[in-house]
Amino acid sequence: MSVVQDYQASTRTGKIANFVDTRMGASGIVKEFGRKVFPDHWTFLFGEVALYSFIVLVLSGTFLTFFFDPSMSDVVYDGAYKPLYGVEMSSAYASTLDISFEVRGGLFMRQVHHWGALIFVAAVSVHMLRVFFTGAFRRPRELNWIVGSVLLILALAAGFTGYSLPDDVLSGNGLRIIDGVMKAIPLVGTHLSMFLFGGEFPGEHVIPRLYSLHIMVIPALIILMVAIHLFMVVVHKHTQYPGPGRKNSNVVGYPVGPVYAAKAGGFFFIVFGIIALIAGFLQINAVWNYGPYDPSPVSAGTQPDWYIGWVDGVLRLMPGMLGDFSFLWHLPLPWGWNALPMGVLIPMLPAGALILGMVLWPWIERGVSGDNREHHILDRPRNAPGRTAAGVAGVIFYSVMWLAASSDLIAVYFKMSLNDVAYVLRVLIILGPILGFIITKRICLALQRKDREIALHGRETGVIEFSPEGAILERHELVDQYRLYELVAFESRQPVPAQPNKKGKVGTWEKFRAFWSRRFYEDRVEPISSQELIEAHSEHDQQRRKLQGSVATAVRELEGKRDDS
Amino acid sequence: MKALSQNRRHPMVGVALLLLGLLLTGGLYSLASNINSASAYSESDYTSADNIADGEALFNANCASCHGVGATGGPAGPSLIGVGAASVDFQVGTGRMPLQMNGPQAQEKQAQFNEEQTMQLASYVHSLGTGPTVPEDEYLDTDHADVDLARGGDLFRVNCAMCHSASAGGGALTRGKYAPSLHGVDEDHIYEAMITGPQNMPVFSDSNLAPEDKRDVIAYLKEFESQGYPGGASLGSIGPVAEGLFVWTGGLALLIGFMVWLTTRSS
Repeated sequence: MSVVQDYQASTRTGKIANFVDTRMGASGIVKEFGRKVFPDHWTFLFGEVALYSFIVLVLSGTFLTFFFDPSMSDVVYDGAYKPLYGVEMSSAYASTLDISFEVRGGLFMRQVHHWGALIFVAAVSVHMLRVFFTGAFRRPRELNWIVGSVLLILALAAGFTGYSLPDDVLSGNGLRIIDGVMKAIPLVGTHLSMFLFGGEFPGEHVIPRLYSLHIMVIPALIILMVAIHLFMVVVHKHTQYPGPGRKNSNVVGYPVGPVYAAKAGGFFFIVFGIIALIAGFLQINAVWNYGPYDPSPVSAGTQPDWYIGWVDGVLRLMPGMLGDFSFLWHLPLPWGWNALPMGVLIPMLPAGALILGMVLWPWIERGVSGDNREHHILDRPRNAPGRTAAGVAGVIFYSVMWLAASSDLIAVYFKMSLNDVAYVLRVLIILGPILGFIITKRICLALQRKDREIALHGRETGVIEFSPEGAILERHELVDQYRLYELVAFESRQPVPAQPNKKGKVGTWEKFRAFWSRRFYEDRVEPISSQELIEAHSEHDQQRRKLQGSVATAVRELEGKRDDS
Repeated sequence: MKALSQNRRHPMVGVALLLLGLLLTGGLYSLASNINSASAYSESDYTSADNIADGEALFNANCASCHGVGATGGPAGPSLIGVGAASVDFQVGTGRMPLQMNGPQAQEKQAQFNEEQTMQLASYVHSLGTGPTVPEDEYLDTDHADVDLARGGDLFRVNCAMCHSASAGGGALTRGKYAPSLHGVDEDHIYEAMITGPQNMPVFSDSNLAPEDKRDVIAYLKEFESQGYPGGASLGSIGPVAEGLFVWTGGLALLIGFMVWLTTRSS
């Protein structure tokens, strides 16, 4: 900071900039960060969408806090909405109605906030799927994967706490389910529920508490995690798709400043604009339809927002009885019987397994593959069939639970029996992921074979050549060098057989690991070696020459005949 | 008059007469059908012997194959003795009866009988045994001075929304049965459904939901229909599922479109 003190700026702007720079050292930061190179691909922008929609959420949420009253005290509604005039309700619900009908721009801001939340969680989810399917979570980015998973969970928490604030019948039913799940936990359940609700459900404390979490604790944690997340992206540098000249040791792309910075700034406004457009034209969460919360009514078609749907769905999938076998068990305890509703507790297992599997995936995959190297080049999903298949199985598992949350609407709108929808989904949640795994792996391997075929023999042009001696051949067009590189530059992992430990024994765990290693990597397509490539291409050359040669011979023969006659 | 008699053989006379005739019959027809719909049938219509006799003829021709001659019931349909005029007016008036096909429940369709025939059928069934009668106009008047919209909403949420959903868009019941959407259903049919409990619906008799309360519920539903959607397109008024579906289809498609556009112009 002391080195540039003798510099004298000539313009006024320059003077101000220099004044700041000599005190803050901003040019150093710009020099360092502004020249940071990022690769360019549209799938890398999902994370940006998530960040920008979060900013939109903070802005619109701040507006809403000016008018929202997070209190459960009783008021009699005397606002503009006629069908609720004179109805007793909580201040929270009354102020939500005021925001919707009396605050200028209030309904629009509420809709921006709600649509923004749906897009935020969707963007986070798709971003995670992109990172998963391209293998971007591998060393050295495992910790950032964990931070990302925490961000997803925080996003769900932010969404759910916000969804519950208006204190209408719909959101109250959501809280009632949370209350029920908590109370199902053996021994401590009731105490946990009493702790959250400050007494018996619904009580008078839960909305203010959720409000503190929603506007303070969770956003602060999200901001902290986003900061760590972005810091780690800078530390690790960005991953890139395979291509000529792209190596583990470099990043091929463009620097942040000036073009990327301007584009990222512009993209923020695009995301904001899309959210505003949707919020302006499509109604979301018409709270006035549901009425003030009262534990007695539960309306048909009650669903949570999409990102909580899978947890609601897995509860719906679980039967309460199987024939005469009840899932409501009772624990004999010294002070009496304690209810153990397994119909609520069992569904928590698949839900928990999915979250745990997601968080721990980098380690699971490393265990299976035995690959502990650094990776900065992404996999094309087809080139990692085991991972892609496992990912698709996970997506199907999630989607079946997700679908189950809307089983009643599926039944009504597709004119099916509600029971049949439930039966089909119960079979699918077991069978779907297994079939998904097998079929996806096969598709990946087939695509790899197709790649191999194209690399070796080129693209089929559909042009049929008929040689004079009667051979019929299809002309193949060899792909250009860039495409060829993408097709051949990947590694095909092989199964790691069970290894004996120090005592020379193969343990059960090692056998388990080896089993999955086989499942993942046994079926494989060998990448093309350079020898193979040269041979194949020279063979094509010979063939072409032969074809051209035989044409020349034929022409010569014909001419010879003509000369003879 | 002279001009008229002079031109009576004009080539356009035939056309003019035809137009006049069409105008007259059309006008009379629309007048007659308006008169028909404007006046609800009175108590005496349902007890008139003529109507009962006509109703019986209609019944024997159209309903007796399932419900049996004399509406005593048969293997394919229940006895209708004592179901009352309200039940007939609802089932026939909304097209649910005659049944289109067997299934988990009767489907709503274009009504097969006009209002007069429906009234005659109702009179006949009513004459077999008393049951709930068609509602009086007073209890269908949603603009009545005593109407309390907020109370109607309360009653709706507590009694109806668990099957018909909070936005009255309908919902699923077990094994292919369902609670239909209440949007666009006539006042008298809503009232009759409450008092007779068709299909899987429970009966809301006058002792547990007074006629005035029923009127409040109907008024709430009609208010709901007429208030529109202040926030924009309703997406079917089915709540978070439609909203989530939109985000994952339209919303993501919009975003991805811009993402692809941005990255194709990187340099």
